[in-house]
Amino acid sequence: MARTLYDKLWDSHLVHVEADGTALLYIDRHLVHEVTSPQAFEGLKRAGRKPWRMSSVVATADHNTPTTGWERGIEGIEDPTSRIQVETLDANMREHPAKAYFPFLDARQGIVHVIGPENGATLPGMTVVCGDSHTSTHGAFACLAHGIGTSEVEHVLATQCLVTRKMKNMRVRVDGELGRGVTAKDVVLAIIGRIGTAGGSGHAVEFAGSVLRSLSMEGRMTICNMAIEAGARAGMVAVDETTIQYLKGRAFAPSGPEWDRAVAGWKVLVSDADAEFDREVKLDGRSIAPQVTWGTSPEMVVTVEESVPDPDREKDPIKREGMERALAYMGLKPRTPIEEIKLDKVFIGSCTNSRIEDLRLAASVVRGKKVAPGVRLALVVPGSGLVKAQAEKEGLDRVFRDSGFEWREPGCSMCLAMNADRLEPGERCAATSNRNFEGRQGAGGRTHLVSPAMAAAAAIAGHFVDVRGWR
Amino acid sequence: MEKFTVLNALVAPLDRANVDTDAIIPKQFLKSIKRTGYGPNLFDAWRFLDPGVPGADPASRRPNPDFVLNQARYRGAQILLARKNFGCGSSREHAPWALQEYGFRCVVAPSFGDIFYDNCFKNGLLPVVLAEPEVDGLFYDCALPGFRLIVDLAAQTVSTNDGAKSFRFAVDATRRYSLLNGLDEIGLTLRHADKIRAFEARRREQLPWLFR
Repeated sequence: MARTLYDKLWDSHLVHVEADGTALLYIDRHLVHEVTSPQAFEGLKRAGRKPWRMSSVVATADHNTPTTGWERGIEGIEDPTSRIQVETLDANMREHPAKAYFPFLDARQGIVHVIGPENGATLPGMTVVCGDSHTSTHGAFACLAHGIGTSEVEHVLATQCLVTRKMKNMRVRVDGELGRGVTAKDVVLAIIGRIGTAGGSGHAVEFAGSVLRSLSMEGRMTICNMAIEAGARAGMVAVDETTIQYLKGRAFAPSGPEWDRAVAGWKVLVSDADAEFDREVKLDGRSIAPQVTWGTSPEMVVTVEESVPDPDREKDPIKREGMERALAYMGLKPRTPIEEIKLDKVFIGSCTNSRIEDLRLAASVVRGKKVAPGVRLALVVPGSGLVKAQAEKEGLDRVFRDSGFEWREPGCSMCLAMNADRLEPGERCAATSNRNFEGRQGAGGRTHLVSPAMAAAAAIAGHFVDVRGWR
Repeated sequence: MEKFTVLNALVAPLDRANVDTDAIIPKQFLKSIKRTGYGPNLFDAWRFLDPGVPGADPASRRPNPDFVLNQARYRGAQILLARKNFGCGSSREHAPWALQEYGFRCVVAPSFGDIFYDNCFKNGLLPVVLAEPEVDGLFYDCALPGFRLIVDLAAQTVSTNDGAKSFRFAVDATRRYSLLNGLDEIGLTLRHADKIRAFEARRREQLPWLFR
């Protein structure tokens, strides 16, 4: 019977199934960070259990780590509770050494969803879990990758399996091609705008079509990263030559004769031509314009050419109330043209858009220009130490600094503001991150999600501009 | 894990869709390395007028009188009635921890975020999915002071006290069994340890580079 990519990944990891469909799925790669793991290690200890296979674990500290003051070492983490979390991960890794641990200050430290792929620790055909909802990122490599809670982190540590149930199959096809200045971020925001923030709930989503095929691995990661913002735990893209070329020579990727064996196995990681999906959605790449969110849910999104929508035109009363509440929180009036929205801060970073390609794109937009006087802070936070080093090798740090951006150390930073980087109440930010929820970037902060090119242009102009016609 | 059998409790309505886990428990409270201590900061930005700072004395906080959980009539509510896609967003299990520590044992909604839904079962917090019109009706019923519901996990029903309404809800047999008996899921999985080892040995032979 014809199978989808998800069916194949599921079948190849199935250890046991109960009569009601509850399954034990074997986990190949377990990514661990400091926020959602301490209670899991503590739980193991209390129950007198040992981790099943620490060689499956790749760990880093990213959520709490500061983006300045690294020369002060661990003292650079000023919040004592943040420091305890980081030190707790250090202690857990000493007690249970992992395949790889990139601690705070390490040259390869970074956002967990950036370091996995860049080190070849994420490989096609794997099951990948992490106590973080943006684990869907790794699906770009034809993995079954999704976020789990802390109890599940403990369960995977103890048993190497996840108790789960099969999801439904959904395919989002984006055909045609993208216009100049339109990026993977715009594609995924357009998808979320179309299907809604719960549109993929209960589904594993395969992203397909000529636009996906033409994207780099970085672009595919951006799209899979935000599958969760459409409600889908797992997003994925089939293997092709782009996948294979990206992985060749990466630190933890197989090499020599094993490389050839591995590649042969990866090539079947595509949906069969006649595989059936429970749901299919199609978008035309040519019709996608740069996107800007206006509200407090990623589904509250319009193109840069449009205006803030008017709740009075919404018939569904629950939706209308949600829109009114969002506009009040965002300090926006209905029918305001998006290009008239002025920014206080700009954030380029996060597991969605902090890879080298994102930084190259943003740098190309700001090169030789200055950040607008009204913008108090324009921040570039590379996704990892390796991304930072590569960007510096290419001189991108100079480009950003010369334009008035701050060039920071890697981490999650102002995507969720667990460290010192945050919005103050009422501040408005163009962000390349993934969530515009109330308070996400700091209590009372107002987030507009955009692509790196759009964020860069907004920093220079001081308000949103259509990057396609902008120079 | 705490057992869940039958719950007869006061219902508090939270009338907004797409409530995300950042709203349920904001990020500044995720820095603890414990499983407890989150209840006082449940819905912090909505419940309080002053900014939520970790470690602040709860007695010093200024409750927002407009927020539903601050109304005296909902004090002691153990069932939260919510709108669609409750618990979307971040995978933080601190969200069900906070709800439970605050006093909730059950959340009734038309749909949930997938990860949040799974996380609830690991903590003895029962997420119940009812049809949207049924939930609409319950929001209407909640206008009655002291409105209670009886949630019976064994029978898989949600009923009003007077028996006028009774809805059946779906739940996986395995989850239901674990919750009814308060079982340790890791212990249950380790009954299959031999099967896991055999699977692993086969995989290691085929794909040795995954095991280094």
